[in-house]
Amino acid sequence: MEITLGHYLTLAAIVFTIGVFGIFMNRKNIIIILMSIELILLAVNINFVAFSVYLGNLVGQVFALFVLTVAAAEAAIGLAILVIYFRNRGTIAVEEVNVMKG
Amino acid sequence: MLLTAIAFYLFAAVLTISSLLVVAARNPVHAVLFLILAFFNAAGLFVLLGAEFLAMILVVVYVGAVAVLFLFVVMMLDIDFADLKRGWGEYLPLGSLLALLLIAELVFAAVVKPTAMAGKMPVTNTILSNTEAIGRVLYTDYIFYFQTAGLVLLVAMIGAIVLTLRSRPGVRKQSIALQNARDPAATMAVLDVKPGQGA
Repeated sequence: MEITLGHYLTLAAIVFTIGVFGIFMNRKNIIIILMSIELILLAVNINFVAFSVYLGNLVGQVFALFVLTVAAAEAAIGLAILVIYFRNRGTIAVEEVNVMKG
Repeated sequence: MLLTAIAFYLFAAVLTISSLLVVAARNPVHAVLFLILAFFNAAGLFVLLGAEFLAMILVVVYVGAVAVLFLFVVMMLDIDFADLKRGWGEYLPLGSLLALLLIAELVFAAVVKPTAMAGKMPVTNTILSNTEAIGRVLYTDYIFYFQTAGLVLLVAMIGAIVLTLRSRPGVRKQSIALQNARDPAATMAVLDVKPGQGA
């Protein structure tokens, strides 16, 4: 019962796929889309940390830290855009975003 | 070693199930709470791997900031989520098929092919703690990237504030200078009202 790098890679692949699946299924609801993006970035981080530990190179963890930073910034900006979109349109259905009229 | 395996499978199972529920939950508040559970389990996996610093950062940043931000936005906006959920069954067969295809490809590429990589054992550094080791790398070799990360956060913060800032017309605000400059003679009039003839 040895936990190898392959176990972590498989788990990250599963979480990544769930994130992509969430974007595919919830195309109307942008909040769930943003949460799915967070799941995808979490999968990327699991890969980074697993490779970092199994290869004995700390750079992977430093990179995971940067991915975390960008994910936090992206969530803040995305939710701000969501709030102003809701304020202007009264809905968050993202199918009619192309009729923003400037 | 058996304990590690049990912990890994436990964390992995809860992480997978909760991320599925993030995607499938009917109520978005539940989705955010499952997202928090998923991040806690990912932090557990990081501890298992020996990356304690990133595990703590994950809990602080995601559970403490990002998930609370999501929760705040979900609860602030008055949205009919049942309406947004319609059409779910329509896409389910195709979506599941594509997901299965994607996962088969990813697992094949990550696990089946590079057999030499998949069987590697973790390299543990017993001289330094994880946090100290990361600090020694982050603040020396990667100092410019670290500063850039700070800049990204600053830009994100200013961007979010500028985006959501609005000046509404018709909002009365207190202006102390204007209040102090008021002249009683210009703003007040004393009327001589006779008894019984008021109003």
